[in-house]
Amino acid sequence: MTDHSEIDSVTGRATTGHEWDGIKELNTPLPRWWVICFYLTIVWAVAYWVVYPAWPLISSNTTGLFGYSSRADVAVELANLEKIRGDKMAALGTASLADIEKDPALLALARAKGKTVFGDNCAPCHGSGAAGAKGFPNLNDDDWLWGGTLDQIMQTIQFGARSGHAKTHEGQMLAFGKDGVLKPEEIVTVANYVRSLSGLSTRKGYDAAKGEKIFVDNCVACHGDGGKGNQELGAPNLTDKIWLYGSDEAVLIETIGNGRAGVMPAWEGRLDPATIKAMAVYVHSLGGGK
Amino acid sequence: MFSGCVFFQRESAMPQPSISKTMTTGESGLAFIFAVTAFLCLIASAKALDAPFAFHAALSAAASLAAVFFIINRYYDRPAALPPAEINGRPNYNMGPIKFTAFMAMFWGIAGFLVGLIIASQLAWPALNFDLPWIQFGRLRPLHTSAVIFAFGGNVLIGTSFYVVQKSCRARLVGDLAPWFVVLGYNYFILIAGTGYLLGVTQSKEYAEPEWYADLWLTIVWVAYLLVFLGTIIKRKEPHIFVANWFYLAFIVTIAVLHLGNNPALPVSFFGSKSYIAWGGIQDAMFQWWYGHNAVGFFLTAGFLAIMYYFIPKRAERPVYSYRLSIIHFWALIFLYIWAGPHHLHYTALPDWTQTLGMTFSIMLWMPSWGGMINGLMTLSGAWDKLRTDPVLRMLVVSVAFYGMSTFEGPMMSIKVVNSLSHYTDWTIGHVHSGALGWVGFVSFGALYCLVPWVWNRKGLYSLKLVNWHFWIATLGIVLYISAMWVSGILQGLMWRAYTSLGFLEYSFIETVEAMHPFYIIRAAGGALFLIGALIMAYNLWMTVRVGEQEVQMPVALQPAE
Repeated sequence: MTDHSEIDSVTGRATTGHEWDGIKELNTPLPRWWVICFYLTIVWAVAYWVVYPAWPLISSNTTGLFGYSSRADVAVELANLEKIRGDKMAALGTASLADIEKDPALLALARAKGKTVFGDNCAPCHGSGAAGAKGFPNLNDDDWLWGGTLDQIMQTIQFGARSGHAKTHEGQMLAFGKDGVLKPEEIVTVANYVRSLSGLSTRKGYDAAKGEKIFVDNCVACHGDGGKGNQELGAPNLTDKIWLYGSDEAVLIETIGNGRAGVMPAWEGRLDPATIKAMAVYVHSLGGGK
Repeated sequence: MFSGCVFFQRESAMPQPSISKTMTTGESGLAFIFAVTAFLCLIASAKALDAPFAFHAALSAAASLAAVFFIINRYYDRPAALPPAEINGRPNYNMGPIKFTAFMAMFWGIAGFLVGLIIASQLAWPALNFDLPWIQFGRLRPLHTSAVIFAFGGNVLIGTSFYVVQKSCRARLVGDLAPWFVVLGYNYFILIAGTGYLLGVTQSKEYAEPEWYADLWLTIVWVAYLLVFLGTIIKRKEPHIFVANWFYLAFIVTIAVLHLGNNPALPVSFFGSKSYIAWGGIQDAMFQWWYGHNAVGFFLTAGFLAIMYYFIPKRAERPVYSYRLSIIHFWALIFLYIWAGPHHLHYTALPDWTQTLGMTFSIMLWMPSWGGMINGLMTLSGAWDKLRTDPVLRMLVVSVAFYGMSTFEGPMMSIKVVNSLSHYTDWTIGHVHSGALGWVGFVSFGALYCLVPWVWNRKGLYSLKLVNWHFWIATLGIVLYISAMWVSGILQGLMWRAYTSLGFLEYSFIETVEAMHPFYIIRAAGGALFLIGALIMAYNLWMTVRVGEQEVQMPVALQPAE
């Protein structure tokens, strides 16, 4: 190219003759495979422009050979969905829970929909598999705080527990220690009595008779005779070895001392009736539905 | 500590003929402007409508006063005559601002990698956000991206461009205060942007989060940068313009255009931080990704290709592989990149035709990108053996390999069917980091390992063994990071699109999050390794500046050939 051009001894190529701070350039031609690939991508792009909408015109755009539109694609998929679900989706809105139970196709649809809405709305507290967590009930077992029939489950989902909704489940575990009803040593005693109800070990020197007396005086009003629980009040059964907050003596002392008042939000108003119905059917189907 | 004098050492001045010493127009003018600015910022701070704006205005008042002090102090310290452009017929290079950017690049790099590690850990263990607003993921994430891209990457780009343009033009940087204004002003922009994020100041545009006043300041700094760079090219002693300078110039010019296009905003008040962007709806989205993708194309690609074109031939002591390829791939890259933005908006409200153009131009971009890779890798022909002995060269070459990988992956992900799986998933994060850690990170590390001994006049690096450790630890980190994100991204995409026979989603969102957990831990581990590598590097460079080469390990000369 210029007078300064020289031959590079390693590659045998000529340099361009330019030099900057000791850097020279070889005059290597473009790699053939590179040029071919570059042209192929250009050809492919041009072909794509012919087939699909590609270039803007003054007031519209080129539409391509087959008039492709991503909106039309979505419409087709939605139509397919309609075909799969048929009129069952509308039926779900009007059917009663009992009707849904009787119609296998409707039941399957409600369960499928219920699973999806459960995952988006309930799983953060109750877990993806509905196994619950400390303070959040396990929905797979047959132990229900507020009742396990379809109607009862639906009512709990609709209005929640201690949610502030006018029709919410009320009733809470009182704070026997904080409110000065029981003395600390009485709380320890009754906590051990509660453990004994489900056959758990009790601490040395614990007075069973005293424990029973405290329990009868303070607890049976809600938890019922023998601690069998009362779903009207959301008072758990204390004899079934299923614990919402735990069964350690320390946890029970905390529960009895400070009370418990976990909140389940009301879903009425947030989700439409058909969705709540589907959710109830799904939760009912998890294993413990009555 | 790293004292200021390390940067501000006076350059070898010849005995000056005695002339009366007066302030230059630049000195007196800039001191005056900064004095007025300090006053205005003080008023703005007093009248501020929100606390972050008051803080930024007060900080700017203090910074302006410091600038006045710096200018006057520098005037009293300097000899009567300004440093000459040449001494004895040889260019009198201006290295001070370059030293400053090298230091700031390491500082911001480590800060940015650390914040990245923190947010990666927060994704694996959300409790790590400690319920404090300032360190929530939403505020730290832009801090991470801005710190690594604009603070670390930006300082590397400005520093190397000032070095390369001087050396390849055989001309001193034009301007006396101007280069200092550029590097200090740019880092002040970073400070305002970063503290703004922590205080919740953002215009919520990805990679363009800084609010209107930071944007205005950056515009002024960037114009100064363009003028210094162009002025030096105009004063060059070489007949031709070196390829690296084409890429630097494309980077500087296009970033200015992108910045102005994406950021027009109307402040709610001139005494408050909040503003509203002029664009709305899908036009705003289109502008945003035209900007966002070309920040990748011109900041993270064109600028760093410039680094590749200077530092690889220099370090390998081989000529650039193909001059013709450099011309063709340069113009093809510049022309095609600017169209590719819409591939970030596939399957959105963006019209189909725009999506088509974004995708097809991305595909056509594949070979122009690989042209750069070929030129970088093939420059080593005749010098491959140096990879065994020189870990710095190895770092540079591996960066080009990552560049090639990412620029294949990118066009592939822009294809609509592939994008329908990859979009919004961790695959995108993996793709970005193979480019960011592998390409931008390694090419920057390689360049800094070369640059620091050169500008501080050291014979070589303190320890090549430590470079080797850095190389392997960081490479392992990158591999862990990107493979974890590939797996989790594809898993995530497949889980999101799984339907039941009745057309309901198979998995809830929370189930997909649970499935990501192990990969998030692996990713955080990869990030930790990358950070450890950078800490080793910082120590090595620090020792290089302090004590120079530890022992003679390199058979090849480290000094640039004169």
